[in-house]
Amino acid sequence: MSVMGLLFVVIASIAATWLWRQGVLQAPWLQEGEVAAYSGRAVAPPPAAKVGLGVFLAVAACVFSLMTAAYFMRQSSPDWRTPPMPGVLLLNTLTLIASSVTIQMAHFAAMQGARERLEAWLVASAALSLLFVMGQLWAWRELIAAGVYAAGNPANAFFYLLTGAHGLHLIGGLVAMAGAIGKVRDQQRTPESLASSVELCAIYWHFLLFVWLLLFLMLTGRADALGAICRRILS
Amino acid sequence: MTDLTGRTEDAAPPAEVPEMELFHAHSFLTKYVFCQDAKVIAIQYAGTAIAIGLVALVLSWVIRIQLAFPGAVALIDAKVYYQAVTMHGMIMVVYMLTAIFLGGFGNYLIPLMVGARDMVFPFVNMLSYWVYLLATLVLAASYFAPGGPSGAGWTLYPPQSILTGTPGYDYGIVMMLASLILFIVGFTMGGLNYVVTVLQARTRGMTLMRMPLTVWGIFAAAVMALLAFPGLFVACVMLLLDRTLGTSFFMPAIVEFGEHKAYVGGSPILFQHLFWFFGHPEVYIVALPAFGIVSDLISVHARKNIFGYRMMVWAIIAIGVLSMVVWGHHMYVSGMDPLFGFFFAVTTLAIAVPTALKVYNWVITLWRADISFTTPMLFALGFLVTFVNGGLTGLYLGNVIVDVPLSATLFVVAHFHMVMGIAPVLVIFGAIYHWYPKITGRMMDETLGKVHFWITFLGAYAIFFPMHYLGVLGVPRRFYELGETAFVPDSAHLLNVSITVLALVVGFAQAIFFYNLFTSLKRGKPAGGNPWRAASLEWQTPETPPGHGNWGDEPPIVYRWAYAYSVPGAPEDYIPQNEPPIRGELSS
Repeated sequence: MSVMGLLFVVIASIAATWLWRQGVLQAPWLQEGEVAAYSGRAVAPPPAAKVGLGVFLAVAACVFSLMTAAYFMRQSSPDWRTPPMPGVLLLNTLTLIASSVTIQMAHFAAMQGARERLEAWLVASAALSLLFVMGQLWAWRELIAAGVYAAGNPANAFFYLLTGAHGLHLIGGLVAMAGAIGKVRDQQRTPESLASSVELCAIYWHFLLFVWLLLFLMLTGRADALGAICRRILS
Repeated sequence: MTDLTGRTEDAAPPAEVPEMELFHAHSFLTKYVFCQDAKVIAIQYAGTAIAIGLVALVLSWVIRIQLAFPGAVALIDAKVYYQAVTMHGMIMVVYMLTAIFLGGFGNYLIPLMVGARDMVFPFVNMLSYWVYLLATLVLAASYFAPGGPSGAGWTLYPPQSILTGTPGYDYGIVMMLASLILFIVGFTMGGLNYVVTVLQARTRGMTLMRMPLTVWGIFAAAVMALLAFPGLFVACVMLLLDRTLGTSFFMPAIVEFGEHKAYVGGSPILFQHLFWFFGHPEVYIVALPAFGIVSDLISVHARKNIFGYRMMVWAIIAIGVLSMVVWGHHMYVSGMDPLFGFFFAVTTLAIAVPTALKVYNWVITLWRADISFTTPMLFALGFLVTFVNGGLTGLYLGNVIVDVPLSATLFVVAHFHMVMGIAPVLVIFGAIYHWYPKITGRMMDETLGKVHFWITFLGAYAIFFPMHYLGVLGVPRRFYELGETAFVPDSAHLLNVSITVLALVVGFAQAIFFYNLFTSLKRGKPAGGNPWRAASLEWQTPETPPGHGNWGDEPPIVYRWAYAYSVPGAPEDYIPQNEPPIRGELSS
């Protein structure tokens, strides 16, 4: 549950800062039609879609944190047997990192308005992500071939659940990315609208990479070592 | 304060968002069925929620008839009884209350109250309703599946919820879990809309601290729901895997009918943690919109500004934050570490502070106000006393040592029906009487409304007050039949009969409301744009009912808060939010 606690502290501090800047300390009955309170913003507010994505990421983070919290709670029972990790997982991790890098390159290209480069980077990123999904399925196949079934041990069940949930999120993202590629092909779109939809994809991809790195550390048992280091630093 | 110079428009900050492009419907189908207009989606949400709520009402009669006259109706056997208990609870909490407050009132009121033309993602909003409808249909369809719906109790605790002895093992539980997963997916789409609309689509001058408390309540509830529903989502997915694939997330090694099941070492307590991580915030997901709406009803019908607006906003936020860390008080009897029990008791009792603050502020708003006892006001006042009542028994149950003996009795049933059954339903009625003129352009009948109020209000007390007493006597909840119990006196059975008769009477009396609702559509008195002379923005639309896009050519500009009632020196006893200040009026 400390995982949830950490997440909530992060969300609460973002919300608190925002509320503060929006003026929850104002007394509205005193400031009727007042000009002085609005000194004007230096930057334009973020587009609605970006804020929507941010809120959605908070929800997705909640889902993954709860699964992680359940993982740690369940891990303490004596029948827990961590399954052998297929070697392909490391390769998949590298693929996903590459995918995240390429989509960032696509975002840079979009900001410069370079349509061809943008399309190339986007397609490369989509291909790498597909490769990742296939790699994950390969890992499942390897495990099943080795007789590691979901019903066999809670550790296996959690492995399938977490990788499956992450994979589904990525596939959902691929649908959105396909839409973005379609937009790039559509010559009528302005570079600004392209840049903003590519940016949304990039944010989502970095989020999924971040989640996967944490899951990878946790599932392969490296999280415990990491936790030990953290504890040593803190104590 | 600054004096105004130049044009009055300069007194408001520039708009945060550019004008949005609206989707314009071209056919009957896209205008009334697959519609992206939040106002239509709101009616669809509310209609579906009320319809499924009526099913749950009938199920509550099934429960009550069995409790008062055990075995009198041959049709109600133990299986039917447990299915009725399960479905009644699940439908009322999730499919009725959550859907009507956020999907119904949220969709209708948020865009109008913040001066937006529509929700920010209209298409996703439409999708949200259709997924919700699908979830409702899947749930209702489980009554027609072989074996019927699940009878696991609305909390669906494993292991019993997915064992063969529980009614609905074959299809019921699977459909229930699938339906909940759908509901959460649909809700997340809607919730994103409510939150982002409040964040992004407020009109010029509508600062956060000028929003009506209704919007604050719905906004806070939507944020909480987005963070809490994942708990239920994860629990449902994992339970579904336990049921279908035979994993052991929650299922311990278990022997059933002399047969060893393949499950090993799962943790039922883990399910309870996940479930109540959602379950407790859920209470406030329902309560916060109700708080907000009541604040507005009281202020409008008492012609006074709400007392302590800022504190009301802070209290909403505080309740929202605290309610995320109290879920353990539902698990006092699960053998939890006393230290945890202490922590959860403290946080639970701490919620009483901001809540009491809100109650005081409502009472002080009423103090020496020009109260008109209209039907919406009666319902708001009814809420006030009912909520205090249910809240006080909540303080009892929040203490571990009091909760343990009372946990399995009707006292708990009486408590939560008072605080999250009757109280929010009174607000829903009050809100419908209040906003009906805006939605349809006609008033509902006042006399019928008052008859409806008194029957519902007094009836609810006659039903649930004695239930507290039964609980203290030790009459257990959940039981199909009491049988021979030495500690329950015969008089308790008499009380049970009276509760059931009243439940039937009050239930049927709701027909008055529906009669009023439908006949007023055609025969109600024409309402005009602002029959309650209210200051908030939704009453200032150029058309009533508001047209597509809400605001005609120009979106409104907001100059003040939503509670400018009985302002000294003002020509009327209210000043609409979009009324420009008169030059010199403000100079101090």
